[in-house]
Amino acid sequence: MFDERALEELKEAAKRWEESIAAALSKRPERKAAFVNTSGIPIERVYLPFQVQGLDYQRDLGFPGSFPFTRGVQPTMYRGQFWTMRQYAGFGTAEESNKRYRYLLEQGQTGLSVAFDLPTQIGYDSDHPSAFGEVGKVGVAIDSIEDMRILFEGIPMDKVSTSMTINAPAAILLAMYLAVAQEQGVGGGQLNGTIQNDILKEYTSRGTYIFPPEPSMRIVTDIFSFCSKEVPNWNTISISGYHMREAGCTAVQEVAFTLANGIAYVEAGLKAGLDVDEFGPRLAFFFCCHLDFFEEVAKFRAARRLWARIMRERFKAKNPRSWMLRFHTQTAGCTLTAQQPKNNIVRVAYQAMAAVLGGTQSLHTNSMDEALALPTEEAVQIALRTQQLLAHEFGVADTVDPMGGSFYVERLTDEIEERAMDYIRKIDEMGGSPRAIELGFIQKEIQEAAYTYQKEIESGERVVVGVNRFQVQEPPFKGILRVDPAVRQRQVERLERIRKSREARKVGRALEALHKAAQSTENILPHILEAVRAQATLGEICDVLRDVFGEYQASVSI
Amino acid sequence: MTASRRIRVLVAKPGLDGHDRGAKVLARALRDAGMEVIYTGIRQSPEQVVNAVIQEDVDVLCLSSLSGAHDYLFPRIMELLKEKGAPDVLVLGGGIIPEEDAQALKDAGIAGIFGPGSFTKDIVKFIQENVRQRT
Repeated sequence: MFDERALEELKEAAKRWEESIAAALSKRPERKAAFVNTSGIPIERVYLPFQVQGLDYQRDLGFPGSFPFTRGVQPTMYRGQFWTMRQYAGFGTAEESNKRYRYLLEQGQTGLSVAFDLPTQIGYDSDHPSAFGEVGKVGVAIDSIEDMRILFEGIPMDKVSTSMTINAPAAILLAMYLAVAQEQGVGGGQLNGTIQNDILKEYTSRGTYIFPPEPSMRIVTDIFSFCSKEVPNWNTISISGYHMREAGCTAVQEVAFTLANGIAYVEAGLKAGLDVDEFGPRLAFFFCCHLDFFEEVAKFRAARRLWARIMRERFKAKNPRSWMLRFHTQTAGCTLTAQQPKNNIVRVAYQAMAAVLGGTQSLHTNSMDEALALPTEEAVQIALRTQQLLAHEFGVADTVDPMGGSFYVERLTDEIEERAMDYIRKIDEMGGSPRAIELGFIQKEIQEAAYTYQKEIESGERVVVGVNRFQVQEPPFKGILRVDPAVRQRQVERLERIRKSREARKVGRALEALHKAAQSTENILPHILEAVRAQATLGEICDVLRDVFGEYQASVSI
Repeated sequence: MTASRRIRVLVAKPGLDGHDRGAKVLARALRDAGMEVIYTGIRQSPEQVVNAVIQEDVDVLCLSSLSGAHDYLFPRIMELLKEKGAPDVLVLGGGIIPEEDAQALKDAGIAGIFGPGSFTKDIVKFIQENVRQRT
């Protein structure tokens, strides 16, 4: 890309420049002896063309919408259409969440993102003893198709794309969604959306696993196969680095562990007899946007390039859509502070900008009060407005990949890709990410990084405004959102009513058929759909699968 | 047991919440501060937590919840501790706990609440100053 003689001359000039500032530096040294980002990559004083001299434009960057997609997955990116503004929301009952979704859509949000409560995520009905205290708390409680029907009342399911953060019971919630859509007259071919369905990161960081890894991976590939025929535009998985990053890992580790999990899913699909181009185009990703602005922009670019290379070179995918790493971003919840919470508006705004400059397909911006409780409507509105401001007022969406060509960002992109690839090789040598998880390798790496980060904050080496610098005495934050404790009672009553009024024989037959299918290699999705339509509850369906598959027992070490 | 027995701590995650970054960081920090630390892992029922307190014969119990279920789980654990005859254990609570909930938790017997932004060294100090160590 550069003229070699000019580069040599530049190197000489740079040497002279370093010498010329040496005296001034010894008098007034820089703020730190060494500048290093969270991934441990040393940061130079200034980046010059020879630091990216190995870059081959067509090979390493290419055109937007073309391999290796470093500059973006679409040819025109946000000049055609902005990213999808998608706020993760849900709490209490289906009625309350439905109200919040309609509010968000009225406010100009362009996609929905459903948060389920923990009992739903772990496959318990609201009346299960383990659900005590948790019903409706971190998301909406969904026990049966009845709740799903209420959740989407008055929302045109053919027009809105819906992302559902659901993993172990993803097949069941997807089945409920399909069944309700059908009642609205919307067929599988018209549906757009995503289920998270990424079980591997549940074992390493997020914790809502139910079944052991092997049957869990089988459910994942059953979903791939079912959706490729029945719901062709559905993103069947959202391979997530977000939760590992939130649990403490670095940007490089986030890329590495996420793509290593991606590799495991592709291998599972192939092992199940699917063609890579049958399910490859429907794999989606989900990343975090943390604080280090340039590191984050480079991370997204590096992840895109690395995945494209893995899919084309390692898995021989032929469909360009299989090469594309399309991703959702959420700003980093762990960077929100409970101290001076309004400062979080600023943190989120810059994180959102980094995600946009990194070429995200959809974005969730956190609300300022989320270190304290679930967000209020006012806080959510500011978070959504942050995205709208970014889209319409700052000009950052007017050209594709505006950071491309920055010596710093290109160098960082290379380094993140290289370091992530080193991790992936190491994980491959262990036998792939499921094995690395079994060995506790990934968990340990995340924990180490989290502990280091905390020590840096406590020593003052890492400044967190309002926490270890610039603190003030402040009154308690007023006006947080509280979930009505009567939610559980309402859910329990609804469950009782459903269990009484439904046709018990039909439920029994559907669950029995599911039991049989789970024991064989038959795809379980059609049977789950039957059970859901017969008004079997989420807990009942999961119990059938628990019976066949068993439950995962985590081993913990600190 | 001798007078020089090290402080024994159980770090516990009651409820269904899987966020244990804080719990693990704290467990490491307490261990580095010379305490003996046991971590329960996630998804413990109040009964399991209290059984572990008794079986492990700990001086301190650190509870963590980020799902908003602290309002039910923490007081329930305090009740069970009394019932099972372990009322002397020093209990701390951490996680996403609104300040307006702190008083009710303190009334239930939780000695200290440590929310986001807390320093592990402050928690170490709090434990050292408040633990009723058995000899």
